[in-house]
Amino acid sequence: MTALFQSWGASYEWAWFWSMLIGILVIALPLMLAVAMIIYAERKIWAAIALRRGPNVVGPFGLLQSFADGLKVFLKETIIPTSANKGLFLVAPIISFTVALIVWAVVPFDVGVVLADINVGLLYILAASSLGVYGVIIAGWASNSKYPFFSALRAAAQMVSYEVSIGFVLICVVLYAGTFNMTQIVMAQQGHIFGILNGFGFNPLLFPMAVVFLISSMAETFRTPFDLTEAESELVAGFQTEYSSMSFALFWLGEYGNVILMCALNAILFWGGFLPPIDWAPLYAIPGIIWLFVKMLLFFFIFGWVRATVPRYRYDQLMRLGWKIFLPLSLVFVFVISGWLMLTRYGAVA
Amino acid sequence: MIALLAFYLFATLTIASAVLVVFARNPVHSVLWLIVAFFNAAGLMLLTGAEFIAMLLVIVYVGAVAVLFLFVVMMLDIDFAQLRSGVTRNLPFGLLIALVLLAEIVIAVSAYRAGPVFERGAAAPAANAVPNIEALGHELYSRYLLPFELAGLILLVAMIGAIVLTHRSRGDGRRQNASRQIARRPEDAVKIAKPQVGQGVEL
Repeated sequence: MTALFQSWGASYEWAWFWSMLIGILVIALPLMLAVAMIIYAERKIWAAIALRRGPNVVGPFGLLQSFADGLKVFLKETIIPTSANKGLFLVAPIISFTVALIVWAVVPFDVGVVLADINVGLLYILAASSLGVYGVIIAGWASNSKYPFFSALRAAAQMVSYEVSIGFVLICVVLYAGTFNMTQIVMAQQGHIFGILNGFGFNPLLFPMAVVFLISSMAETFRTPFDLTEAESELVAGFQTEYSSMSFALFWLGEYGNVILMCALNAILFWGGFLPPIDWAPLYAIPGIIWLFVKMLLFFFIFGWVRATVPRYRYDQLMRLGWKIFLPLSLVFVFVISGWLMLTRYGAVA
Repeated sequence: MIALLAFYLFATLTIASAVLVVFARNPVHSVLWLIVAFFNAAGLMLLTGAEFIAMLLVIVYVGAVAVLFLFVVMMLDIDFAQLRSGVTRNLPFGLLIALVLLAEIVIAVSAYRAGPVFERGAAAPAANAVPNIEALGHELYSRYLLPFELAGLILLVAMIGAIVLTHRSRGDGRRQNASRQIARRPEDAVKIAKPQVGQGVEL
């Protein structure tokens, strides 16, 4: 697209600037729409599991429910508690929303269909996702209220704990792929198993890591069974307690943006991203973006399914799972996988 | 032009937020400004082509170190008046540190200007020739293997030392054993009794 703008007489830098701006809009606007639809889908999944009907009033089959909710939230009054730290109180939801959006810059939708094809893509994702906790901490502190503050402390500890094991899981993937570039990580999965199956997840050495990553990504996005930050039975609504109107909606959009992102990451890192699951020519006739969306929806269904069926963890159980089970397990797998690769791929025995 | 614009943007923001770290009245605000400063420093690193260092700066400092900072500072109950009362007393010491740091910067810059320190005297590597990570990896695991491993070992010792020094096991603490809890069956825990009227239950 840069070339197109250049042909219209713009200098390279401005052409680049405008094409990036359009690229951002092309990703961000459908994402917002996807969030609205996916909330509807999730409520339908929960309803089906709980033998209820779910949203079915607004629009055909209740399809417009999320838009009605959005409109309602938009029309509410923004309430700022008098003892709150006003600036930070307003900045917190903006941070959490922005951070959820910026990660999408490096997510590849097909070969070459990515906003920023940088060679540290995976590190960028790790960096950006570690920022997500600031929105929650700042919201909890700036509210100047006890439940949000408890929630913020829980969130900080939880994020830091699970990021450690996520880091090791990502290292396992990088060891196999030999690159940090997201597109190349996907391409490295082509024909990974006997030249037939596309996806690191089919590899017996990496499958346990795929499971650890799936569970950790639920913990990272504060979803049930790890939603201790907004455990309504103890903390009202956690860090969102004092928020209303659009500032609340931004948290909400950011949260679901992150959930969709984690579904995409699960698909991209372990299950072949935009590649079809089987390396068979006719399957490539279906565009890669459709394969990616199908995989993301499958993971989203798993997320919703788990949320509807698994009871919440106790805080010490959460910490135990993160530090005493996932951390040693992923560390052992980094060790085993690097040893296995040295033995088989690089053929170096002393 | 955009690169130049970005440089001045990041540079000004870094300095401005660094100044605000010192002058902010609320310690939590100080930490948040520090995070902004880290972030802009990462932006500067990106502009020089050190994308790996930039990402590490964000992951390690912003994502982990600053979170712990914020964590601790938020929980402190700080008396601002008492904090500021020591300013005049500590001023000479602070100025001394500032002077030392300034001297170090001047020495470093002038040494760099005077010529390359290493005898190899290689020119700066061309951008994008080899990705940062690959270049660093090759250096770390070949030329600097021993220092690298030693650094890891020292960190491990420091970590174990910190745990040993701070860990106090309370004798009366009641610990939970998750596997024992899960392995417990209803038959072991529940006894079904059919008490006679007026007799009660013998447990």
